[in-house]
Amino acid sequence: MTTYVIKGVRPYGEDAVDLVITDGVITELAPVGTGKGEVIDADGLIALPGFVDLHTHLREPGREDAETIESGSQAAALGGYTCVHAMANTDPVADTAGVVEQVWRIGREVGLVDVRPVGAVTVNLDGTHLAEIGAMANSAAKVSVFSDDGKCVHDALLMRRSLEYVKAFGGVVAQHAQEPRLTENAQMNESALSGKLGMVGWPAVAEEAIIARDVLLAEHVDSRLHACHVSTAGSVEVIRWAKSRGINVTAEVTPHHLILTEDLVETYNPVYKVNPPLRTQKDVLALRQALADGTIDALATDHAPHPHEHKDCEWGAAAMGMLGLQTAFSVVMETMVEPGLLDWRGVAERMSVQPARIGGVESQGQPIKVGSIANIVVIDPKATWTVVPEALASKSSNTPYAERTFPGTVVHTFYAGRPTVIGGVLA
Amino acid sequence: MRHLLSAGDLDRDKALLILDTAAEMAALSDRSVKKLPTLRGRTVVNLFFEDSTRTRISFELAAKRLSADVINFAAKGSSVSKGESLKDTALTLEAMGADAVVIRHWDSGAPYRLAHADWIGGSVVNAGDGTHEHPTQALLDAYTMRRHLRDGKGALEGVRVGIVGDILHSRVARSNVLLLQTLGAQVTLVAPPTLLPIGIDTWPCEVSYDIESVLPNVDAVMMLRVQQERMQAAYFPTAREYSRLYGLNGDRMRLLPEHAIVLHPGPMNRGMEISAEVADSDRAVMVEQVANGVSVRMAVLYLLLGGAKE
Repeated sequence: MTTYVIKGVRPYGEDAVDLVITDGVITELAPVGTGKGEVIDADGLIALPGFVDLHTHLREPGREDAETIESGSQAAALGGYTCVHAMANTDPVADTAGVVEQVWRIGREVGLVDVRPVGAVTVNLDGTHLAEIGAMANSAAKVSVFSDDGKCVHDALLMRRSLEYVKAFGGVVAQHAQEPRLTENAQMNESALSGKLGMVGWPAVAEEAIIARDVLLAEHVDSRLHACHVSTAGSVEVIRWAKSRGINVTAEVTPHHLILTEDLVETYNPVYKVNPPLRTQKDVLALRQALADGTIDALATDHAPHPHEHKDCEWGAAAMGMLGLQTAFSVVMETMVEPGLLDWRGVAERMSVQPARIGGVESQGQPIKVGSIANIVVIDPKATWTVVPEALASKSSNTPYAERTFPGTVVHTFYAGRPTVIGGVLA
Repeated sequence: MRHLLSAGDLDRDKALLILDTAAEMAALSDRSVKKLPTLRGRTVVNLFFEDSTRTRISFELAAKRLSADVINFAAKGSSVSKGESLKDTALTLEAMGADAVVIRHWDSGAPYRLAHADWIGGSVVNAGDGTHEHPTQALLDAYTMRRHLRDGKGALEGVRVGIVGDILHSRVARSNVLLLQTLGAQVTLVAPPTLLPIGIDTWPCEVSYDIESVLPNVDAVMMLRVQQERMQAAYFPTAREYSRLYGLNGDRMRLLPEHAIVLHPGPMNRGMEISAEVADSDRAVMVEQVANGVSVRMAVLYLLLGGAKE
C-alpha cells in the first residue's frame, strides 16, 4: 500500500506535523517537511479523527430514487465522515439478519465509509413484536445499535423488554422519542406559531415524557439507552438529571436543531418539515450548551433524503426530513466552534469519539497518534462555501441551506488509510 | 394587492377599501340587471379540494356578476383524486389561462404555497385552508357588523365582539381575530380550554371560559360550528354538555344588549351551538351574511383583477 504524507497539518488545531500513513495506519507524526511518501498538501489545515454518524438514512433497499448506499457514502465522505450508521426504516425494513447483511455488504463494496447497519427493534417497525435482535447482532454486520427510528417504541413493556434483551449482545436501544397519541398528525412544534398557522402541534412534552420514561426503564433494568435527535430544552434537563443519577444514557442532537428554528415554517416551505420539528431559539441555545458540556454526547445528522416530489408540494403532503451529511461540520463550525462552545478536541469528541463509542465501532474515533487506524478528516476552518443543493452528492436535494454561506470546509478525508476525498472532491 | 391569503395581510386602509367597494357592489344587486362588465374575458377558477357548496357558489356568483368566465374544479372525481399533485393541478390551470385561483384546501398554508411556489402567475384567493384562515369570511362578517353597528361607514373602533366555539380548529376565528383587530374592534374568544390553541395568550384578544359573563358586554356574538366528531378526540365529553356550557339558547340571547347581533358562518348545527329560537330570531343575521358574502367576494375579485392586465 502507498504511504501518504499529509503535509503540514495541525492535529486538533495544535502544532503542525507531517502525518504519515502506511498500510492504513498512522505510522509517524514527523516534523514538517520530513515525511516521505505521496505528499498531500495540508499546510495550516486541521486534522481530526474521521467523523462518525450515528443516524443516517441511506434509503437502500427500497427508495433508491432518494438515496443509495453509494450516493449516501459519497455524501458522507465529502462531509468528512468515515463511518455512518444506516437506519433501519428501509423497505424492506432492516429487521432481519438478511437485510442488515445486505446493507453491510454493499457498504463494503462501495468502500467509502464504514456502513454500520442499525437493526429494527420490532418487526416491520410495528411496535408489537421484537425483531430477531440476536440474529442481527450475530450476523456478519455485527449490529449493536437497534432502533425503530421514524417510529417510537411507545409500548412501555416492549421498550423494557428490548432494553433488557440487547444486554446479551452489548447492544443499545436508540429511541425515537415521540409519544404517538400526543403527536397524531402533528406538523410542527406546538407553540403560539402553530396556533397562528393553524397547524397541528408536536408538543415538546411528547418527546420529554418518553425520554423520562425510558431513562427510568434503563435504570430499572440496568441497560443502555440512546436518545435520538433530542430537540427540546426540557429533554436536555431530563438527560442531565438521568446522567447525574448514573443512568447509562447517551444522547445525540442534529445539526439542524442547533441552527434552525420554527419561524421558518411561516414560509410553508416543506424543506423545513422535519421530525422532530424545528423548535424555538430557547431550545436551540439549550441544545448547543448541552452539546458543549457533554450532556448531549454526539452530533448525529439524521440525514434524510427525499425525492423532489415529496417536498415540491403543500406542507401537509410533504415528507419529513432534510439532508445533513455534507453540511454537518459547517453547522458545528458556525454554532459551536466560532462562538467558543467547542474547541477542536471537543469537535473530535462530539463528531467522532463519542459516536464511535456509542455505536461500538472500535476502528473509528481513534486518536490521532502513531498506531491508530487512519480514519482522518482534514478541514479548513478559514474557508467558506455556499450550499448549492443540486451540487451535493446525495441523490436528493432537500437541504434547508440552499444558497446559505457557511464557514469551514472538508478538504481531505482518509478512510482506513485511503483517501476518499482530496481537495474537496471525491478521490 | 396581488393575492388574498390571510386577513393579516390587510392593513386598515386596504380592509376599508374592500368594505367600501363591497358596499358599491351591494348597491348593484338591487338593480334589475345585476351584472358589471368589469372582468369580461378574465377567467376565475374555483379550485375546491374540500366540499363547500356555499363558499363555492358565493365565489361563483361574485365572479359571474363581474362577467368573468368561471371554472369550477372540484377535487372529488377529478384527476386530483387519482393522485395528481397540487403542483400539477396548478400547472394545468396556469396553462388554461386562469387569471385568479380561488382555492379551498384541507391543508393549512396550501394557498400560500400556491401563491409563492412559482407554479402559477395569477392571483390566489384563500377560500379557507385547513385550520388556518378564511379571510373573505372575516371580511363579510366585518361588513355585516359595520352595517348593523356603524351604519355601514368607517371601521369598527370600540365594537365588542364575542366569538364562541371551536377556536382551535376554526379558520373563521383566526381570520376574524386578525381583521377585527385591524379595524379597531375588541374581541373576546369563548371556548372550553381544550378548543383553544396553545399560545392563545399571545393573540390580540381576550379569552373566557364562561359565555354568560361575556354576552352582556358584546355588540355582536359569533357562534362557530362545532363538529360532533370532536368528541372522539376528547375535546369535550358529549354534545349535550357542550351545548349546555357553550351553546347560545334563548335565555342566553336575552343577556345580550338590546342592539347586539348574532352571527354564524354556517352551516349551523341547530340545537348544538345555537338553538332554533336564536337562529330564527330577529337578532340573527345569517341570511344577510350570505348575501354580503357575494358583495365582499365581488369586491375582492374586482380589486385583485380589475386593475391588472387587460
